[in-house]
Amino acid sequence: MEANPMTQDIRPEITPEPPAPREAASAAMSEARSAEVPDTTFGVIEHPDPIINCRDVNVFYGDKQAVFDVNLDIGRHQVISMIGPSGCGKSTFLRCLNRMNDTIDIARVTGTIELDGQNIYDPKIDVVPLRARVGMVFQKPNPFPKSIYDNVAYGPRIHGLAKDKVELDEIVRTSLERAGLLGEVKDRLDQPGTGLSGGQQQRLCIARAIAVSPDVILMDEPCSALDPIATAKIEDLIDELRENYTICIVTHSMQQAARVSQRTAYFHLGYLVEVGETDKIFTNPTHKLTEDYITGRFG
Amino acid sequence: MNKIGDPGAAGRPISADQAMARVNASLRKRYGAERRFRVYGIASVTVGLAFLALMMISIVGKGYSAFQQTYVDLDIYFDPEVIDPDGLRDQESLMRANYNTLIKDSLLFLFPEASGRRDRRALGALISNSAAFDLQDMVITDPLLIGQTRRVSVLASADADMLNKGKISRTVPESERRVSDQQIAWLETLRDRGRFEKRFNTSFFTHGDSRDPELSGIWGATKGSFYMLLITLALSFPVGIGAAIYLEEFAPKNPVTDFIEININNLAAVPSIVFGLLGLGVFLNFFSMPRSAPMVGGLVLTLMTLPTIIISARASLKSVPPSIREAALGMGASQMQSTFHHVLPLAMPGMLTGTIIGMARALGETAPLLMIGMVAFIVDIPQGLFDPSTALPVQIYLWADAPERAFVERTSAAIMVLLGFLVLMNLSAIILRKRYERRW
Repeated sequence: MEANPMTQDIRPEITPEPPAPREAASAAMSEARSAEVPDTTFGVIEHPDPIINCRDVNVFYGDKQAVFDVNLDIGRHQVISMIGPSGCGKSTFLRCLNRMNDTIDIARVTGTIELDGQNIYDPKIDVVPLRARVGMVFQKPNPFPKSIYDNVAYGPRIHGLAKDKVELDEIVRTSLERAGLLGEVKDRLDQPGTGLSGGQQQRLCIARAIAVSPDVILMDEPCSALDPIATAKIEDLIDELRENYTICIVTHSMQQAARVSQRTAYFHLGYLVEVGETDKIFTNPTHKLTEDYITGRFG
Repeated sequence: MNKIGDPGAAGRPISADQAMARVNASLRKRYGAERRFRVYGIASVTVGLAFLALMMISIVGKGYSAFQQTYVDLDIYFDPEVIDPDGLRDQESLMRANYNTLIKDSLLFLFPEASGRRDRRALGALISNSAAFDLQDMVITDPLLIGQTRRVSVLASADADMLNKGKISRTVPESERRVSDQQIAWLETLRDRGRFEKRFNTSFFTHGDSRDPELSGIWGATKGSFYMLLITLALSFPVGIGAAIYLEEFAPKNPVTDFIEININNLAAVPSIVFGLLGLGVFLNFFSMPRSAPMVGGLVLTLMTLPTIIISARASLKSVPPSIREAALGMGASQMQSTFHHVLPLAMPGMLTGTIIGMARALGETAPLLMIGMVAFIVDIPQGLFDPSTALPVQIYLWADAPERAFVERTSAAIMVLLGFLVLMNLSAIILRKRYERRW
């Protein structure tokens, strides 16, 4: 019987393997962050017809800074996608646009975000109408445990959008139709929204968001919990909705970003590295980090 | 044994055969441990169930007889000489008459040999004191009875009842018994003549406490408990739920709210008698509220139940998935709309369960009530929140202390009633949870 293996130095017996490429990349990046991440964003941050202008946006969770000096314009009736590796701050930034970060106690946002020229972080701004103008669709479909009708009617009800039942019915019908769900659910509007399939639930959430006629819809990885067919439906839907709404979508799928968006912003470690026309970003990225990411070198 | 890091064949740390041998060796140990654990589990469940069964058997075995009561059929001659010698037939003289004499005369007719004073008293002790009042009621409602003979079923005394139920052992020497040999002989004669009748004991459910066991009932205590729980529910449910909602959904997280949270958790663990002392000091001495009142009892139990309700309500609020809150807030709902439209309906079943369990605990609580005077001997049925009253568990405590043999079965019967209420409350908690439980 030999000595307890735990007490022995087993290090020499394990051949040190070369670390996985991904680890190497991130390790190298975190060491060389200041060297690699550019001081200013590459590409064109301005847009000729912006609905949202973000300037010097910083987000802190307690002492930790999650988003650094983001400057970005979001064009009207366009789809802008935000891509980047996990933890790069793209969702955090998205949640700044309708002040959903307010719900996190330790979150703090500095800088200005102007929606049609008005700073939404102005203390005078009320978040309730803001969130009616800037709707949100979440990663996991989260319909209320109520009927399909009540799910869509909830927003119009709390904001008093419909004068009577007829008008409310019309809003619900139109919203479901725009979300491409009406045909599937029109006979069972009184049944629980939670009984729908995942893709249907997500489209229900989109219908719920557009029922209050927002200007902007924020989508935080709306397809990450869905199968390819449901994803394709949502992507078609996003393309249609672009006519009437501005859409900001956070996605982990570069194909999705390429398919649905006109502009793409690449985030890295809390910095907005590069932004530009989607075609340009995916065919001819300017920054090395963007190139590495879209070519699948990491992330 | 090889070292863990020993390189085996083909660059493996250990060879495949070695690995399998080690896995198999460890399997036996693992399964052994699992089997032992199951045996421990089954053993502890069995022991628990056995004690529960023992307790139930002992309570039911002692208490079931209290739901029946012995009555004696007597031929009563409503003697005009005794009831109304002046022949006035007015209410006052009918009220004042000595109806005990009628009963004693009837018994003497059956047992002419009991002639002495002591014998007559012993004979009278076989029948409950309340029998005279029953006769009085009969005569007042129907004065035409006077002069007639009727067979009347009168309530037997507790001693006669005990003997009839076989609870008095004849092996005990006469001097140590409450019932003399003579009385036993009379009672056996009555029984042999078919004069005994066991009926359902309604007075147990309709009377208040009494010095006479055969007249005592739990209605007073039940009503006292009911009033107390009413106060407790009316105060602790809204206050507890409100506090939980505020702390969970609205309050900022800072040292002050942390401090409050710690205190609530500590309060839940404070012995209940301390709340009784608090009630004595604050409600009785400072606010000069009446002693023994269900109002004060309810307030004390509210203080005791609040932390439990707050903690369980917060737990059920916490269990509502945050995605629901985000969905509501993302729609532009205010914090309050999000809470009241979406979070609260989902948390309600859990909150109700917690509340009912808190109420059940309050129903079974004795110690704090002793401190505020609810342990008194109270015969009257409370008619309001400020009437002196006692509570079911306190009534049990009082009867358990009483020396009369007949209170033993009543104690157990009262425990059965209390347990019945507790089971009912817990059952409704389970049903509520099952019915409103939602899955996401």
